[in-house]
Amino acid sequence: MIEITGLHKKFGKNEVLRGIDLDIQSKGIVAILGPNGSGKTTLIKSILGMVIPNRGNISISGNSIKNQWAYRKEIEYLPQIANFPGNLKVKELIHMIKDLHQKPTNDEQLIDLFGLQPFLNKKLSTLSGGTKQKVNIVLTFMFDKPMIILDEPTTGLDPKALIHLKELIQYEKTNGKTILVTSHIMNFVEEVADEIIYLLEGKIYFKGSVDALKKQTKQKNVEHAIATITQNSTHV
Amino acid sequence: MFKILKYSFYDLMRSSWSYVYFLFYLALGFVLLFLNNDVSKAVITLMNIIIVLVPLIGTIFGVMYFYNSKEFTELLLAQPIKRSSIFLGQYLGVAFSLTLSLLLGLGIPFVIYGLLESTAIFDFTLLLVNGAFLTLIFTALSFNIALVNENKIKGFGYSILVWLFLAVIYDGLFLMSLIVFEEYPLDTFSLVATLLNPIDLSRTLILLKLDISALLGYTGAVFKNFFGTNQGLIISLFTLILWTFLPVWRLLFKAKRKDF
Repeated sequence: MIEITGLHKKFGKNEVLRGIDLDIQSKGIVAILGPNGSGKTTLIKSILGMVIPNRGNISISGNSIKNQWAYRKEIEYLPQIANFPGNLKVKELIHMIKDLHQKPTNDEQLIDLFGLQPFLNKKLSTLSGGTKQKVNIVLTFMFDKPMIILDEPTTGLDPKALIHLKELIQYEKTNGKTILVTSHIMNFVEEVADEIIYLLEGKIYFKGSVDALKKQTKQKNVEHAIATITQNSTHV
Repeated sequence: MFKILKYSFYDLMRSSWSYVYFLFYLALGFVLLFLNNDVSKAVITLMNIIIVLVPLIGTIFGVMYFYNSKEFTELLLAQPIKRSSIFLGQYLGVAFSLTLSLLLGLGIPFVIYGLLESTAIFDFTLLLVNGAFLTLIFTALSFNIALVNENKIKGFGYSILVWLFLAVIYDGLFLMSLIVFEEYPLDTFSLVATLLNPIDLSRTLILLKLDISALLGYTGAVFKNFFGTNQGLIISLFTLILWTFLPVWRLLFKAKRKDF
């Protein structure tokens, strides 16, 4: 599905990605982890073509994405910070995104699921952070696309919404989709992830299953395993 | 692209600023006609205002809209839409809504005062065409500046500076160079210098069409020889198109390479 070779990206003097080689073929849930500033979001935005890499190549389904845009029809993306045009109503925003895609959606079902009806006629600038994130989730999941990229999907969600989100992710997994997710909530990662990619200082430090990670670090849960990886790396 | 254009346009049509702009021109048109009571004289006064004000409003509106729609742009970038369509759509949305306010705001009072029967209709049309071009040009310039500068204050500052340079400082430098190099033949130089500034170009074009070029003396004669002919008119309009096209092209070029 996604093939990345030798990906480099600099923002000014700050080298964010230093040669990422990644091959994600499997269906299922891949978690991208790493400390703040390790390049998770930059990697995701590179895949989406929002950040233009300095070097390296990204291919999706065998085609290079450079200067392409149509491949984004196959990707659902949940951005990290839900920045929406504040003067639009929730309903109008959903309608606009649907209009841009011209594809069947199940937005009504999702609006019910997250209890967004009372907010449909409110302007986005008046919504709370958590509610915005719910709108964000609805916008992401309402289409049926083979690949889903979620950047910090849990931000600001209450426990009930979090349970719904997990169900949603599991449901999409059973539909045979490839799901990339970043998160700092390790319990969440442990629950949903099939595979873990650990980024550190712009490089891939670990790639493998959750069990392999636990085995390698001799820890019982993911949180400690990740902490151990980070510690070891600072010693090196 | 047309969908983005549509959304940007509706967005602006719903904001009160478009109406303020429209009402301002409406009021300006009525007041001028009330004071002058003669359509062709009102056109001359109007020119002086349009030449300075339209670029300023295009500049400020362009920068403001670009920064304000940052979230909208980021949302669109993740959708399956070409980057150039996003930026071109937004640019045209702003430029069209401003042009529409200008055309309607000035058109309505002049039509009511009997523009259609008067001889000034050609001059007035030329004035509006020039106003439309200036809107397109300065909106494109301000979009360029806003795209490159993440810092809003800087972006605003540079845009105003560009407007100030082209509307005021350029003329000052131009006049000074004419005085300093008095002893040399300056016909070609002044022609080229006029073509290089869209504001000067518009002003000269309208002045000469209004048949008040006699006021300009010898220089006026040279200009009349050039701009007064059909060939001159075509070259000037072509230059205005070039002035519109180049910033838009640069905008798309830069947007393609920017990280979001």
